[in-house]
Amino acid sequence: MKIVEDSPPVLTALDRPNSYIGRSVPRPNLARLAQGRAQFVTDVTLPRMAHVAFVRSPHAHARIKTIDATAAKKSPGVIAVVTGAELAKVITPWVGVLTHLKGIKSAPQHAIAVDRACWVGEAVCAVVARTRAEAEDGCEKVTVDYEELQAVTDPETALDAKTPVIHPDLGDNLTFERVHSAGDPDNGFAEADAVVEATFMFGRHTGVCNEPRAIVADWNEGEQRLTAYHATQAPHMMQNLFAKHLTLSEHQVRVVTKDVGGSFGIKVHTYADEMATVALSKLLKRPVKFVADRIESFVTDIHARDHRVKGRIGVKNDGTITAWEIDALSGIGPYSVYPRTSGIEANQIVNLTGGPYTCPNYKARARVVFQNKNVMCQYRAVGHPIATAVTEGLVELAAVKIGMDPLEIRRRNLIADDAHPSQGPSGIKFEALSHHASLAHLDSMMNYAGLRAEQAELRKQGIYRGIGFASFVEVTNPSAAFYGVGGAKISAQDGATVRLDATGAIFCHTGVSEQGQGAEAVIAQCVATSFGVPMEQVRVIMGDTDNTPYGGGTWASRAAGIGGEAAWQAGKALRGNVLAVAGSILQTTPDTLDVRNGAVVDAATGTERMPLHELARICYFRPDTLPAGVQSELVATRHYVPRAWAFSFTNGIQASYLEVDTDSGFVKLLKHWCIEDCGTVINPQLVDEQIRGGVVQGLGAALFEHCLYDQRGQLLNGNMADYLVPMAVEMPDIECGHVVTPTADSELGAKGAGEAGTAGAPGCVMNAINDALRPLNAKLLTDMPFTPDKILRALGKV
Amino acid sequence: MKPAPFAYAKAKSVEHAIELLGQAGGDARPLAGGQSLIATLNMRLSAPKLLVDLNGIGGLSGIAVRNGRVEIGALTRHVDAERSADIGKHAPLIALAMPHIGHAAIRNRGTIGGSIAFADPAAELPACLLALGGEIEIAGANGRRTVKADDFFKGLFETALSPQDVLTAIRVPAVTKDTRVGFAEFARRHGDYAMAGLAASAKANGAGLAGVRLAYFGVGDTPVRAKKAEAALAGGKVDDAIAALAADLNPSGDVQATAATKKHLAGVLLRRVTKQLMEAQP
Repeated sequence: MKIVEDSPPVLTALDRPNSYIGRSVPRPNLARLAQGRAQFVTDVTLPRMAHVAFVRSPHAHARIKTIDATAAKKSPGVIAVVTGAELAKVITPWVGVLTHLKGIKSAPQHAIAVDRACWVGEAVCAVVARTRAEAEDGCEKVTVDYEELQAVTDPETALDAKTPVIHPDLGDNLTFERVHSAGDPDNGFAEADAVVEATFMFGRHTGVCNEPRAIVADWNEGEQRLTAYHATQAPHMMQNLFAKHLTLSEHQVRVVTKDVGGSFGIKVHTYADEMATVALSKLLKRPVKFVADRIESFVTDIHARDHRVKGRIGVKNDGTITAWEIDALSGIGPYSVYPRTSGIEANQIVNLTGGPYTCPNYKARARVVFQNKNVMCQYRAVGHPIATAVTEGLVELAAVKIGMDPLEIRRRNLIADDAHPSQGPSGIKFEALSHHASLAHLDSMMNYAGLRAEQAELRKQGIYRGIGFASFVEVTNPSAAFYGVGGAKISAQDGATVRLDATGAIFCHTGVSEQGQGAEAVIAQCVATSFGVPMEQVRVIMGDTDNTPYGGGTWASRAAGIGGEAAWQAGKALRGNVLAVAGSILQTTPDTLDVRNGAVVDAATGTERMPLHELARICYFRPDTLPAGVQSELVATRHYVPRAWAFSFTNGIQASYLEVDTDSGFVKLLKHWCIEDCGTVINPQLVDEQIRGGVVQGLGAALFEHCLYDQRGQLLNGNMADYLVPMAVEMPDIECGHVVTPTADSELGAKGAGEAGTAGAPGCVMNAINDALRPLNAKLLTDMPFTPDKILRALGKV
Repeated sequence: MKPAPFAYAKAKSVEHAIELLGQAGGDARPLAGGQSLIATLNMRLSAPKLLVDLNGIGGLSGIAVRNGRVEIGALTRHVDAERSADIGKHAPLIALAMPHIGHAAIRNRGTIGGSIAFADPAAELPACLLALGGEIEIAGANGRRTVKADDFFKGLFETALSPQDVLTAIRVPAVTKDTRVGFAEFARRHGDYAMAGLAASAKANGAGLAGVRLAYFGVGDTPVRAKKAEAALAGGKVDDAIAALAADLNPSGDVQATAATKKHLAGVLLRRVTKQLMEAQP
């Protein structure tokens, strides 16, 4: 694939000689991964390691009357059968609330259900055996006597008086409610020439990782220490949680995260079966492995996006948007997920709706309710696809209502590029955005006028094509405002330690982690550039709480912007240390020297003065030859956390071009464009692939992915044949473009890029489908995913 | 997703396979490509005591054209049928259907006989066999017999095969100059089981069609002949044929499509496939 370098080069502090910033450097881990030499948790095998499988509730809501494990305990290979009550003696329950989400409540959740199962798939008993197959055989021999209870499944009636309360101690089924009002929404609607409203539905879906969730827990009784080989996005967070709930000190827990086969936000939460696995290891004093199979993944990996949003927009005939209003309702399963809570996605919908636009008049309510389905929590682009689809759906409906072109109405309402710092209607703060430059770039890249002409021509032949847009803002580089202020021990800062080895290469230990997205490459690019060595002389160490600086891991598009800046600064600091020694050795002042391409050079001329390996040789093996009082310091550590802004917002705009087969209701995606502004682009290829991958996940939400539950809370399509992930054949070409507005909060200037694609794609496709069908007077389509069924119904054909 | 324990035996011949299947007292399953069987075992939807592996039996795979018929050995892999010049020339309906069957990895292992014997009502090949008026050769404890496709598919995953039978080959008539075939399906994603699909064959009859056979899949418990629509189409009336589908088909909804959508799509398929049938073909 050709990488288009479409952002003009700007000389900055990043433009060191031999800079890797802005270059599509191949990922250092590519060959290893391609040759099958990755080490996933599944590959970890330890002496005396046992395997656990779980008996899972077939009911959405049931009292567990008795568990008879007699036959299972006699099953070949079975080592132990452990119930929730037995395991509760080893591991304490948790409650997923945060103090900055005012009023959020949840009930204590156990590693294995005690007395009551609250969703289909909740573990009710563990069987530990020599092999996974024997553990599954054992599970079949456990007899659980359930008393089925009424399941609460419909969020719309979850708060009705006649609906049972899932956790009676909480009083009702309301997890969290946020009400927000800004500006003068009533006056805004009164001033409008037209008011348009619609109800948007989003299909509950999940992030289907190539590698399922997996953990090997190894409690060492002799050391009184737990080592968890864990496919997680946040090793230090898990270290804290394992310690807390096993009643250990944090230093008694080591979390090792080697290769991770995709995560998408799925692997950044506390999962009951993983907590059970560490507790079982402690109980049985031996290593225990748990690898979720695909069926378990569908019923236990967090789901997301189960929202209904009623939205209203006021608009004047000149296109000025005068007011917004939303009412959002989310069903999140029976527990708020620990420790990030299940209130964040709804909270983000309130934060982000109307975000790209100047209209300040905004009224919002979001309610989050309990239900007897699998738990729901944060997944790639948390809340963004919902808020963006609602906002952009309303903007395009308003444009249709007043007869204005959809790009024109955006031009008239998007926050001006020179109006920053600014804020969105919810009060979110923007340092610097580039909505208008992005829109102009998109307009020309897609040849909008040409496409409109083609669309009109084809309609005469009965071919119905549509064009849809979605402007968006994206939360990246989160400060402590996201979780830390709410009491969660999730680090917003991150660190990097860089060490010069004895041959002139460097090791960089970082708190961010890699799940396949290329963080390892980006960290290596930053530190190689700021220190001054070729990439091949950088080794990046990540994913080990014993051996990396304390950090947050990888989520909310933070690895490059936060971890990258820490690595950049650590490399610079080490360069300073190296030059201090070099100055002594070369009898010159350090500021006349630089480190470039693996050697100490004369800064003015670039002439090599001493290779790094020679400097390292002297410092490590012949320090006696250094002048008295000179002590080399060939390790440097730096940390970084965004301080000036709670979040580094990025922005962009996407467009979709598609064709609807009006006989069959099938949608063919013809082309997709995404222009985004993630500030400094460290690796254009990796950024573009993040955008494309994100777009594909958004297209999945728009057309395919849906966790279908029946009224009794049974998941109907929990397998890869019936749950439709987007596949290559159905995907369009996705063209990416960039506008570069670096954040001034860091020297690197990089913002995140991991979620922009997912944020905009669903709304964009929704708008394109409605655009395609508008001449046919079809009913408005606002209920994702847009299946042939729904499209045929909108056309009145079934 | 690990299968329950099972025993495994590799059959040396068709007769040996029949003997092994018989010894298990009905609780054995023959293993061919394994593309459906292994998944059901792993999900523990099925837990036979014994798998009888047919893959070592010689002479069960291969494609031959003789006496105006195309014979496909049961162990022939989809990929070999897909790439066969004989299939393309003499059984073009099967060639049309092949790219729609699963994905390349599935077609590399899956067998023609396995697909017919499993008789998934949403699968392409059973419908093709029915549309072509083909036949199925079966070896059993009492010798060999041949069953017409029209008599083979009995119910949901239920066929004329008994637990001790081994499907050895299928046969379809080789095309003649006046043969017309058509194939189309609607699947949510390429390679998925169809929400609705149609395999059709007919004979050119002047400007019209005769001997029309319409076999729908994904709309019932078995591949389904739409006989009233066949008659209407032979009479040259496409709209009447589409209207007749209301009486011919009685689909149930599933997770990908409601019954109403399946019925609607059946009509869309008929219009599109009729167009293929009317176009001149080899």
